[in-house]
Amino acid sequence: MAEQPIEPIHQFRINNLFDIGTFGGNGTPGSGTHLAFTNSALFMVLTVGLIMAFLILGSSRRAIVPTRMQLMTEMSYEFIANMVRNTAGTEGMKFFPMVFSLFMFILVANLFGMFPYFFTVTSHIIVTAMMALLVFFTVIIYGVYKNGLRFLKLFVPSGIPWPVLIAVVPIEIISFLSRPLSHSLRLFGNILAGHIVLKVFGGMVVALLGAGAWGIIAIAPFGMAVALTGLEFLVAALQAFVFAVLTCVYLHDAIHPGH
Amino acid sequence: MDPEAAKLMGKLIGAGIACIGMGGAGVGVGVIFGNYLSGALRNPAAAASQFSNLIFGFAVTEALGIFSLVIAFLLLYAV
Repeated sequence: MAEQPIEPIHQFRINNLFDIGTFGGNGTPGSGTHLAFTNSALFMVLTVGLIMAFLILGSSRRAIVPTRMQLMTEMSYEFIANMVRNTAGTEGMKFFPMVFSLFMFILVANLFGMFPYFFTVTSHIIVTAMMALLVFFTVIIYGVYKNGLRFLKLFVPSGIPWPVLIAVVPIEIISFLSRPLSHSLRLFGNILAGHIVLKVFGGMVVALLGAGAWGIIAIAPFGMAVALTGLEFLVAALQAFVFAVLTCVYLHDAIHPGH
Repeated sequence: MDPEAAKLMGKLIGAGIACIGMGGAGVGVGVIFGNYLSGALRNPAAAASQFSNLIFGFAVTEALGIFSLVIAFLLLYAV
């Protein structure tokens, strides 16, 4: 809450590092689009730079006997490639660059956020919603381009008597339309909740240390904060994988719309 | 009771009630992992091939818990 001295959502504040300028509008204050380079943008650039450095350094000297760096690069490639093949099918491999980019961006952004005082890009719904909408419209556009009107078979499960279809088809349509919502909220909610919980336990340590001789029990929330940091590393990797798996499942629907 | 205090009280109680929904998601995630484990112990050879199905089911179930968490955050910080 805003009244408390240690504010758990302070870490998600966006600061303008330098202004670029205001575009459009009619000159009055508050009109037009104000562009600025924010700390969020800075960490997105750092994330992309780190991924590029990792992949370029790892694959620059393609040795038969790989170095550790090359091994890590090849492992991350193989991991996602196998996942795409198993989940979306061999035809889904043409979407491998998109899935790999999404996975690496989310993974590195999540892990970046685990450093103290670093900004977590994926804790803002605007970032996750853009990635989820990208997947959503890719599925619709590719599904219609590849299957034409047969794409609508996605909403009509086969082998079901027609009286049941009256109830099932609206449910299928609603569940399809709510995909970008759940896809983006899952990543956003997990990262936001994890970081708030870490800050709440950190705040408990500070509050208990100020309690005189009873400050010794501050060791309990401190141990909890250490354990939760470990859990957050698991969540960071798991949520990146979950986002990639769900992308592949949705792409599978676009390639094979019949159930 | 003045209106501001009543509003704050309503926000906090509402956020607490919204978090009850996460219990249901907890039960669901427990069922998924428990059933995966019992299935994996019966047939360990097939366990690895079902791992991405496990993660998919976990993600879909967990989203419902996240929805109630988001409602709690909206009540706390956005109302």
